[in-house]
Amino acid sequence: MAKKKIRLYKRFERFWHWVQALLVILLALTGFDIHYHLGIFGYRQAVELHGTFAWAFVILVVFAVFWHFTTGEWRQYIPQWSQVPAMIRYYTSGIFKGEPHPTKKTEISKLNPLQRLAYAGLKIVIIPVMVVSGFLYYYYNDWPSLGIHLKLGSVAKIHTFFAFLFVAFLVGHLYLTTTGETIFSNIKAMITGWEEVEEEEAEG
Amino acid sequence: MKRNASLLARMAPLGLLALIPLLAASPGEPGKKASPGVSPWADKAEKPPSSTADHSKFKILQQDFPDGPSVTKACLTCHTEAAKQIMKTSHWTWICPKARREMGLLKDGHDVPYGKAEFIINNFCISLPSNEPRCTSCHAGYGWADKTFDFKNQYLVDCLVCHDQTGKYKKFPAGAGHPVYKKDYPNGREWPPKSGKMMPPVDLGASARSVGKPTRRNCGTCHFFGGGGEGVKHGDMDMTLLEPGRTLDVHMEAKGLNFRCQKCHTTKDHKIAGRCFEIPAYKERDFVIRGLEANLLACESCHGKAPHKYQKINDHTDKVSCQACHIPTLAREHPTKMWWDWSKAGKPMNGKKVIEGEVKGRKVHTFHIKKGEFIWAMDEPPEYLWYNGTMRFTLMGDKVDDTKTAEEVCIYGHGKFDKLDPKKPMVRINWCETGYDDPKARIYPVKIHRGKQPYDPVNKTLVVPKLFPCGPDKKDAFWKSFDWGKAITAGMRYVDQPYSGKYKFIQTCMIWPLDHMVAPKEMALSCTECHAGNGRLAKLKGFYMPGRDKSSLVDGIGLIMVLLALVGSLGHGLLRLVFRAKG
Repeated sequence: MAKKKIRLYKRFERFWHWVQALLVILLALTGFDIHYHLGIFGYRQAVELHGTFAWAFVILVVFAVFWHFTTGEWRQYIPQWSQVPAMIRYYTSGIFKGEPHPTKKTEISKLNPLQRLAYAGLKIVIIPVMVVSGFLYYYYNDWPSLGIHLKLGSVAKIHTFFAFLFVAFLVGHLYLTTTGETIFSNIKAMITGWEEVEEEEAEG
Repeated sequence: MKRNASLLARMAPLGLLALIPLLAASPGEPGKKASPGVSPWADKAEKPPSSTADHSKFKILQQDFPDGPSVTKACLTCHTEAAKQIMKTSHWTWICPKARREMGLLKDGHDVPYGKAEFIINNFCISLPSNEPRCTSCHAGYGWADKTFDFKNQYLVDCLVCHDQTGKYKKFPAGAGHPVYKKDYPNGREWPPKSGKMMPPVDLGASARSVGKPTRRNCGTCHFFGGGGEGVKHGDMDMTLLEPGRTLDVHMEAKGLNFRCQKCHTTKDHKIAGRCFEIPAYKERDFVIRGLEANLLACESCHGKAPHKYQKINDHTDKVSCQACHIPTLAREHPTKMWWDWSKAGKPMNGKKVIEGEVKGRKVHTFHIKKGEFIWAMDEPPEYLWYNGTMRFTLMGDKVDDTKTAEEVCIYGHGKFDKLDPKKPMVRINWCETGYDDPKARIYPVKIHRGKQPYDPVNKTLVVPKLFPCGPDKKDAFWKSFDWGKAITAGMRYVDQPYSGKYKFIQTCMIWPLDHMVAPKEMALSCTECHAGNGRLAKLKGFYMPGRDKSSLVDGIGLIMVLLALVGSLGHGLLRLVFRAKG
């Protein structure tokens, strides 16, 4: 079957992805350093960096949201429920037998149905919860003047719980990058933007 | 609280943060440390205190005064209002005018003011009444030997104890406020009793001619020796504050800012600002514009509410006192008493009447037959509790609950600094009625003095024993008779309080907030002194603190999620490899 190269990820998209990756990892490292005294940065340094990274993350999110809506790329995350069972079948058996991927990667549909669900969940639930709970946590002193009546412990626990969820996501995400045509082909695509797909039935 | 403005100010860096230099240091990074040299603010006028009058040139003072009151008489010829002013202050009355407590037992349900002079009981030498001549050696007066003392006689005010600048004016420790007079003891008077050491008579003329504004030495004459010895009571005041170095007290550093006490304890008409039992030292923690009536006792009076460069540290000031981080240890250079067990008094310990011990190289009494057993501490972390400036006191006649154990009243021991039994009853001499939810409360460093003292198990009251041999019941005094029954009977009769005739010893604790010995900023506590599982605030419950608290449920589920993701990924990958090999 003939192969062709398509430009799957645009320049901003890749920039956004990798900066987000870096920030999420740094936020996790500093955050868990604060929580568990891991001694990576030291408590005070970790607190200061966590605040700085958080602001940077928010700026990035603002740009990313703008990008998603102005380019219409947000449609990439619309669930394709009908194809979910096929995906589950693929990951639980097909992949082991060398069967082809059930969906095709194209410029207008670059995410498979499971990716659509996972990333939509990340963007609609995990990241907003992390950002909101994080900023509530950081600006705890301003609650009275903002008329917020919460318990710091509850906010902290939500923030911590979703941090764990984020790390679990990251682990799964990292592993699933290896399920492309070759182990590194997905990562390569995320770096260069280009991915080789088959004309008829694409894998990925 | 003008937090909205500060919130905006803090969000401003948003615009400045570029996306790329993410690893740049946080904008809150403090600058390099100030050099530890003399501060440009050092007020040289503080030493020596200046005056337009040289008292050594005053004719009326060119004489050899026979006694204290005759000096005062001379002072009052010019300072006509001085004694009247003093008489209104707690330095004279030993009653806190505003502290009133309903005391059904004592005054038929009426509120009465109280203080050292009346109704206060502590766990050091317990109570003043019936022991006056010893206790009132720290009274700003002459001759308060018993209930008959004339509080209206102006000549009995002691001007010299606060104003003498010879440094040689000393009140005799058991002289009811009088120093040693040449006319009575030309060769000096023996102190301590039977020690053979003589306290020389004071030169009242020289002292009178030397007077000036009070220095740290004047205040320290009494306040460094509260409890009958240096550093006994306060965990933050002792002789070391006479000439403190920078690390002991950054404000009083003799070669630096060299603050006198009055720099913060501002004075007006001889009234010195300060806490008085239940009455807080200040009302608001606000920056104070000089010249206003407000005193300068709150750190915020000078430093404002946001003194740190790094905002996250300023964010602490709503719940954490300045003292908590800036007084890293109590009794930094001389020991302070932490435990006083009166039940051991009266009989020798290991065949000895006095036992000496050592705390970090400094000699202390660990036992005295007259007083019992002691434990001292020096340069140790204090304890911390919520404090809003007000403390409640268990007063003479108040019913105590002798069924609640120390554990139940949340007074744990302080490790090796006491012999507290948490399973045995504990009575709080004073306590802070506040907590996390009180906007005025702060986490405060305190010294808690614990001990055992006698109480009446039938009437359920703390008792007043007569300790010091004086007056008609001289023989019954504990330090003469070594008989608690007689001493308590005499003491309770003196204060006109019911006594069942039975006594027992009960554990007590007394809180002493720490405000002095503020260390330079480089000695302030680091974050993890408290933000840690087993940090200094481990016992302070009821609120969430990052780095200390975690939910085992959240963390447990969280870790399982991450673990499942890892195991799932590895398992899946392994299966792929296996199937590919089979291929």
